[in-house]
Amino acid sequence: MTLVSLTINRRRTPLRNATLVFVVIALVAAVFADFELIALKPWGELAKIFAGALTPKFLDAERLIEAAVTTLALALLGVMAAAMIGFALTFIYRHRAVRSVCAFLRNIHELFWALMLMQVFGLTAATGLLALVIPYSCIFAKIYSELLGETDPQPAAAIPGPVGGFTRFLFARLPDTMTQLGTYTAYRLECGIRSSTIMGFVGLPTLGFHLETAFSQGDYGGAWAILYLTYAVIATLRWWFRPRLLPIYIIAAMFILPLNSGIEMSHFIRFFTSDIVPAPLARGDGLEGFLPWITMMATEQIGPGLASTLILTQIALVLSGLVALIAVPLVSRQFGGPVSRIAGHLALVVTRSTPEYIIAFVLLLVWGPSMLPAVVALAIHNGAIVGHLTGRLADDLTLRPDAIGGFNRYTWEVLPRVYGQFLAFLFYRWEIIFRETAILGILGIHTLGFYADSAIAEFRLDRATLIIVVTGVCGMGIEAMSRRIRTRLKLTTSVEEAKES
Amino acid sequence: MAYFSLDDAQARYGGKTILRNLNLTIERGERVAILGRSGVGKTSLLNLLYRQHAEEIALVPQDFGLVRSLTVFHNIYMGQLSRHRLPYNFLNLIHPVAREVALAKRVTDRLGLTEKLFDRVGELSGGQRQRVAIGRAFYFNGPTIIADEPVSALDGARSREILKLITDQHKTVILAMHDIPLALDQVDRVVGIADGQIVLDAKTTGLNRSSLYDLGLVDD
Repeated sequence: MTLVSLTINRRRTPLRNATLVFVVIALVAAVFADFELIALKPWGELAKIFAGALTPKFLDAERLIEAAVTTLALALLGVMAAAMIGFALTFIYRHRAVRSVCAFLRNIHELFWALMLMQVFGLTAATGLLALVIPYSCIFAKIYSELLGETDPQPAAAIPGPVGGFTRFLFARLPDTMTQLGTYTAYRLECGIRSSTIMGFVGLPTLGFHLETAFSQGDYGGAWAILYLTYAVIATLRWWFRPRLLPIYIIAAMFILPLNSGIEMSHFIRFFTSDIVPAPLARGDGLEGFLPWITMMATEQIGPGLASTLILTQIALVLSGLVALIAVPLVSRQFGGPVSRIAGHLALVVTRSTPEYIIAFVLLLVWGPSMLPAVVALAIHNGAIVGHLTGRLADDLTLRPDAIGGFNRYTWEVLPRVYGQFLAFLFYRWEIIFRETAILGILGIHTLGFYADSAIAEFRLDRATLIIVVTGVCGMGIEAMSRRIRTRLKLTTSVEEAKES
Repeated sequence: MAYFSLDDAQARYGGKTILRNLNLTIERGERVAILGRSGVGKTSLLNLLYRQHAEEIALVPQDFGLVRSLTVFHNIYMGQLSRHRLPYNFLNLIHPVAREVALAKRVTDRLGLTEKLFDRVGELSGGQRQRVAIGRAFYFNGPTIIADEPVSALDGARSREILKLITDQHKTVILAMHDIPLALDQVDRVVGIADGQIVLDAKTTGLNRSSLYDLGLVDD
């Protein structure tokens, strides 16, 4: 009797199964991963870095301010141009071809864009701007389209008489979406500031340039001063980023960024007709030369690069989830006292506003080159974001007054209610983690970015282009897979999720 | 040829046929109330009729179809969008033109909304929103109105007054109503729906009101 009723009551648990599958994949991947602590005194150096956080050194203020202004100007111009292009793209975004091209372009990391564009435009503002504008326009096109698509169709339908599509859009769809479009744009500006900072690591004169120098020279106090500066700029965004002031900012930014037009046309043409064309084809060796070339690329560069990128991505994805699940009780109002909560929030704010690239750079410096620093950097940054979002969701829950406390409260009352959304947030980060994993190769971990960066260093742009294209296509694949899994598991996609992507 | 005509038509909602064997003609100048219990398919019938002359009909949907972040003025002005060119419409969107404000005021005066003219619709009460939707229809100033429960959110005295305004303003009027006594005062023909079809089509004069209850047209 009991046995029978047990089998009848056994429910299918798709969320649990999905979790298990991804954990098993990560465990298998961990077998192939290389987690070695190469440095001799890994913890001593890390302690010194944290000590630097308490004693920031604001030396050479003039150069810092100059770099900060460049960083801001680049982010402002890039993000605003991208917002306008993205908005224009929403009118044609329903076409499959436009959607696919956008998906491809936005799945190539802005640092890859910067590295390639540098070959054409050199270390100029144009390189930084285009590297931001290309992927960001495509992100804006997607999110703006989704936001506009969510508006109530009733008002547009209720306009009497024959009214043109654009008028309908202007009166019945745009006004109710304006606030959300603005909020998202401000959020993207925040991301833009981080991206523009990072571009300093590949040589542009933004804050990242000084950050790299300071960290490399062991000047941790100086490095933290720069980090604090970026936190301050982003934290105060809501006070200084006003639509009314925007024209002034944009004009100022245009004066600050020297948009020199010293680009030689011949250089530009050569880039497209010869530099990025597979070398055997450019030489005219035809298929006979191309086949060995592509076989070599597939077996020696793309194959191993893609394998380690995927291994790292899967491990980092699961660890991000773990970090998030640990973070939720630290920040949610459902648990703990004010002290633990403030500490939790502080930790999450710092880890989610520090790009994984910087965290990975620092950890590589102290632990030596292996997959470990990359995995840790990805897990704490992405875990902090997912933890923050899930924690906010938990805050909104109303539990019955006599609900149990402590760990039981977390596992029985809170987690079951937010777990679906938590997975949705995490799957949304999947393609982002992949993109970041690929780019971390620049730092010396053997992911796709490592091979692309090495090829650029040898000025084999044909190889770099191929590797970057493969990265973009794989990112698209992961994005599509994530969307399918979310639909299959009936995980809703909301504006909120889009925000942190 | 009748103004509206349905010949053995059917209406579908959510993939299911909810109204069948619909035979109905309505001439210009008629005032018709569609009666029936809630959920019986009155809105679906109105949509069928609306599609026959969408270009000249002012529609008052059941949930108003208002833009919440725009003001009362803007929502009412939307009734005139089809009469003006894009630049003039755009100008009114960002800076209302005095002439249009004066015209809109004439509408809001009648609906008792003038003091709310530049309030956002999202800040209004349900009854006020309903009157804004009616105001948009008035501003269109067309020959025909189709209104789905247009006074459901208004109190007794006001609903009678507004319903009279609606019928006075338009030559042809089609209303979906569940308040039967209120409807019968303003229209000259009733169409009753029950069990997925039309069960009554009669002039209001000489109508035996108790038969409406027998036909199952009234919410219990």
